[in-house]
Amino acid sequence: MSEAIKKFMYVNRKAPYGTVYALESLEVVLIGAAFDQDVSMAFMDDGVFQLTKGQDTGDTGVKNFSPTYKALGDYDVNKLYVEKESLEERGLSLDDLMPLTYEDEDDDWNEKPSIKLVSRSELTDLMEEQDVLMNF
Amino acid sequence: MAIEVAGNTIDTDEEGYLTNRDDWNEEIATAMAKEDDCDLSDNHWEVINFLREYYEEYQIAPAVRVLTKAIGKKLGKDKGNSKYLYELFPYGPAKQACKYAGLPKPTGCV
Amino acid sequence: MATLHTVNKSPFEKNSLERCLSTAKDGSTILFIEDGVYSAVKGTKVSSSIEAALGKHNVYALKPDVTTRGLSDNMIDGIELVDYDGFVDLAAECSKVQSWL
Repeated sequence: MSEAIKKFMYVNRKAPYGTVYALESLEVVLIGAAFDQDVSMAFMDDGVFQLTKGQDTGDTGVKNFSPTYKALGDYDVNKLYVEKESLEERGLSLDDLMPLTYEDEDDDWNEKPSIKLVSRSELTDLMEEQDVLMNF
Repeated sequence: MAIEVAGNTIDTDEEGYLTNRDDWNEEIATAMAKEDDCDLSDNHWEVINFLREYYEEYQIAPAVRVLTKAIGKKLGKDKGNSKYLYELFPYGPAKQACKYAGLPKPTGCV
Repeated sequence: MATLHTVNKSPFEKNSLERCLSTAKDGSTILFIEDGVYSAVKGTKVSSSIEAALGKHNVYALKPDVTTRGLSDNMIDGIELVDYDGFVDLAAECSKVQSWL
């Protein structure tokens, strides 16, 4: 079968624990990674909270799924676009996010950052390039 | 469902995966394997322990493709291939080894 | 006794915080729970409204929800953390509870 590779973008706009959207999105991304498509994730609005460092769910007893974002590189999901404006409105900067990386197969397996900061207008352009957009 | 190990009853789901990951110990893994007529060798343990470490770090059981690649990186090319892993775990390396490791079924595995 | 107002939604997604602050009487108590704890973070686009509210209200945030979201080091000064028992105490001390959803 020679099906063309499509560009999939998963758009994440929800904070991680108050609703189940963030976890559901992550699971869909991990499952979808088996289909060898061109996958990226966008984090905007409260979705940027999904990637923050220091989450510790010991006291609420819910599952801390933030470490799972670190596995995305293993699944060849290595384009995580984070909207700058959303970070700034929430008093956050790149330093507040987990350092997510992937190993670049085409560059001697060098470790490279997966998170790319983009402006609102850059994100608009990236969305325009996609074949499929899935919103969570 | 449940599995009996050394006089204790440990809860499992309908497919034999542990209900509570904290219940796990090596005797349970051995007992689960025995039910599948499988004697756990050092090579089996290598994969089971790898899966437990992977889960500890990332909070997921890796897909078989990811497992194969990661095993290859850690234990060498002769082990990081599906032939080797399927010989050890004929019911599917991710599925079967995750069960013995006390982990949930890998995400996306049916 | 005063009213306890709880806010459980992110201030960036819903106007629950805004409506709580515009409705709550001076001297009443405000408690952030669940995604409402994002209201308690320093340097955000809503933090000035919280800082203003601190002069008029006793403001609390539920600690387990704060640590779950990794916010412990970024809290606005003057917001007190309470655990589940403290939540119960606040609810018991106040004459009624208004939940901003």
